[in-house]
Amino acid sequence: MKSYLYYPGCSLKGMGGPYEQSLFSTFRKLDLKLTEIPDWNCCGATAYLSVNGNMAIALAARNLAIAEKDGGRDIVAPCSGCFLSLNKAKASLKEYPELRAKVVDALGRANLQYAGTSKVRHPLEVLMNDVGPEALKKLVTKPLKDLRVVPYYGCAILRPYEVLGDSHTPTVLEELIRITGATPVDYPYKGRCCGGMLTSGVQAVGLRLAEILLEAAKKTEADVIVTTCPLCHYNLECYQDHLRKSTGKDLDIPVMYFTQMLGLAMGLGEREVGVDRLLRRPMTVGVTA
Amino acid sequence: MSESEKPRIGVYVCDCGLNILGVVDVPAVIQYASTLDNVVVSREYKYMCSDPGQDIIKKDIKDLKLNRVIVASCTPSLHERTFRTTVSTAGLNQFLFHMVNIREAVSWVTTDKKKATEKAKTLIKAGVMRVTLQEALEPKTEPVIPEVLVIGGGIAGIHASLSVASAGAKLHLVEREPSIGGNMARFDKTFPTLDCASCILTPKMTTLRVHPNIKLYSYSEVVGVEGYVGNFEVTIEKKPRYVNEDLCIGCLKCVEACVYKDARFPNAFDLGLAKRKPIYIPFPQAVPMRVLIDPNDCLKIKLGKCKMTCVESCEKDAIDFDMKPERLTVKVGSIIVTTGFKPFDPRRKPQYGYGVYPNVYTALEAERLLSPTGPTEGTPLLQDGTMPKSVGIIHCIGSRDENTNVYCSKVCCMYSLKLAHLVKERTGAEVYNFYIDMRTAGKGYEEFYKKLLEEGVKFVRGRVAELTTAPLSNAERGKLILRVEDTLAGYVRRIPVDMVILSVGLEPQNDAQELRRMLNLSCGKDGFLIELHPKLAPVSTATDGIYIAGACQGPKDIPDTVAQAGAAAAEALALVHKGMVEIEPYAAVTNEDLCSGCQICVGLCPYYAIEYDAEKKVSRVKDVMCKGCGVCVAACPSGAMDQKHFRDAFVTAEVAGVI
Repeated sequence: MKSYLYYPGCSLKGMGGPYEQSLFSTFRKLDLKLTEIPDWNCCGATAYLSVNGNMAIALAARNLAIAEKDGGRDIVAPCSGCFLSLNKAKASLKEYPELRAKVVDALGRANLQYAGTSKVRHPLEVLMNDVGPEALKKLVTKPLKDLRVVPYYGCAILRPYEVLGDSHTPTVLEELIRITGATPVDYPYKGRCCGGMLTSGVQAVGLRLAEILLEAAKKTEADVIVTTCPLCHYNLECYQDHLRKSTGKDLDIPVMYFTQMLGLAMGLGEREVGVDRLLRRPMTVGVTA
Repeated sequence: MSESEKPRIGVYVCDCGLNILGVVDVPAVIQYASTLDNVVVSREYKYMCSDPGQDIIKKDIKDLKLNRVIVASCTPSLHERTFRTTVSTAGLNQFLFHMVNIREAVSWVTTDKKKATEKAKTLIKAGVMRVTLQEALEPKTEPVIPEVLVIGGGIAGIHASLSVASAGAKLHLVEREPSIGGNMARFDKTFPTLDCASCILTPKMTTLRVHPNIKLYSYSEVVGVEGYVGNFEVTIEKKPRYVNEDLCIGCLKCVEACVYKDARFPNAFDLGLAKRKPIYIPFPQAVPMRVLIDPNDCLKIKLGKCKMTCVESCEKDAIDFDMKPERLTVKVGSIIVTTGFKPFDPRRKPQYGYGVYPNVYTALEAERLLSPTGPTEGTPLLQDGTMPKSVGIIHCIGSRDENTNVYCSKVCCMYSLKLAHLVKERTGAEVYNFYIDMRTAGKGYEEFYKKLLEEGVKFVRGRVAELTTAPLSNAERGKLILRVEDTLAGYVRRIPVDMVILSVGLEPQNDAQELRRMLNLSCGKDGFLIELHPKLAPVSTATDGIYIAGACQGPKDIPDTVAQAGAAAAEALALVHKGMVEIEPYAAVTNEDLCSGCQICVGLCPYYAIEYDAEKKVSRVKDVMCKGCGVCVAACPSGAMDQKHFRDAFVTAEVAGVI
């Protein structure tokens, strides 16, 4: 059994509940163990980073330092925001010795040590690299035949840390979609901004970005959008009614997490992967048929 | 040294304008020097290397009967030769001169005047103690083999070869591709005059082919270089063409007869944009005009089974499937390296979608699309066979970029202008140039830029952020959309186009490092070969007798390349003309009374210059082959090895002077 540390971040304990649920159930099915990092705190993502960069990095570093105590297991950070800020903290602490000295000093006062040895990974990359397409294929018992899927990566797991191979035209999610028996559609917007935090901060801009993505997804005549990040998921799923009213366009399309898709294909029940907790249940378009 | 030849030393301290005088108290140094043993005279002068400065030394040698001279000034690598000549014209053996560096080693590295003056005094004292012991030596001369090797048959190599050969020297040109011509042969037109590239290149290629002084080794590589200036031994490997070059007449009947009726293998000359058969010529104007077979594609060679219609069709019986690589050696006096560049691989900038979207080309590919002998016969077409209505040319791909190459590749602005002109001329398309800065320095270059502006080619100042196929409006549907901040207009633009040309920068060849090691050259941070001096020895290298020209030294256009090639040819010809090289007489010598015959030195000598005399049981140095590295001197357990001009006693005296 391969074993990982799990860094949930705020999302997976809140709005991203279905993501956590499906992550747990699919990982269990794949015989992968997740141990939650004890006493973890905010990753320092988006808002904090722009208010006080050093403080945000120190926050992220605390999580990394706690993880280092564990002794070498990789950290799985399912939220793309957490994935990005933890990796960014690691990179900044490596590149800027003065910042590192400050942060190491602060952590030291909390009896923590930071060496920068732990690896922060996204579950999509873990599935494709550690488990591998061949092993995944073997576990697919209920192929999602006839399902047309929009592969949507968002930006944070693509750039600047190119863990998925290609920062602009990645293909791993498409590969995973094919493994589940579904068909990925051609979606040139797959790595573009979902609106991010702007949907709450500067709504006119943020919602316009989400609208572009949804409109393009509708045009592909796909059945569902698959996401890899709780914030992308939220922006694409929750504003559909709002956007229909404000733009007059039909932008209704189910959205689900890649872990949910994989779980269903591996024969897990809807409740086990949290599909019943989505706003638009993909089953209405026959996911589980 | 006999009693009558008691050392009489002259010490000359140079002010070097303010370079030395500004930090070192030269009058105090002069005063000090005059108190040293055997010093007859010590003088200061503003510029010792000037004619009046040298005349002072000459006059003193005659009037004061000096038999040793010290000059304390800059580094010996700049002026040792100058002063050696000075003393020898005054009748003194040049090895009775010694140079002390008080500029690079003293005045330029400190602002502390007191310490600088003390250090200058100490170094001069050490020099005086050393020169007292120095002995007269005669430099050896070695004949120069009056032949020259050129590596690389692009425009640089072709021009250098013709220059050397037409001056009467024998020349060997090695080119690894099946034909000479290099990248210039791929171009349709050249900037800024829009001369037809083949019209100006092919006459040179054919002249070269029939030149009585030139031996061309095409489809061959240099695999080994031994020896030294004037006397290099070069090993060349000829790759098998599977067609006898001497018998083939280039009639191409075999190509016609090949069992493959259609050309289906990517042609390297066309960068894979056009197809060829397994038996082929690289391009219609190839020199030599000889066919070759690609063993990876030929059925006979790959599978051993084929009807071999090519063999039947060949009247000259030139096809030979059993051909093997051949090695041969040539002896030359000097080598000119003209190995060129490689275009930057735009896959390293994934935001531009090269290799992902069709209709995104590199500039070199665009050159082929615009060539009448290229895949689209001179009119650039989209993958679907239609003509593009709009084309975007993105400058600085891989250049001026912290993530890839920080340097400017120098030629891209101009070739982008040329491509813009040709694309507009052939297709009538709307052409956009996306640039950071337009760099059009050169004769007639700025005028060419102006001409393009008048032709209505559009220029957008800004680095393109990304190339996307994701449309935001119907006008963008099916297009390649370039997102760019127009830094002159001050807003972000989205410009949909049908075709994109990436103006890729120039990089060193993939195997530039191996070549560098083989020839014992050095290269800079960017990987390009380094010249001996950027201003005053631009084609020489740190290895005597090896010269560099063209883009292997750094990105440059055809005029600069040809100028450098001519310069390198002149350097090589100077060696041929002189007929000999002086070799410093720094060879090691064995004191046969002390030598125990242990032969440790024999095995250690990197130049195989020591032989063992079994009869007398001593090791002896072969003067001609010794390079004076001193390894044997350091290694000898009996202290029997001594090196001329660097005898133990000299070095000990110098060290004693310092401490």
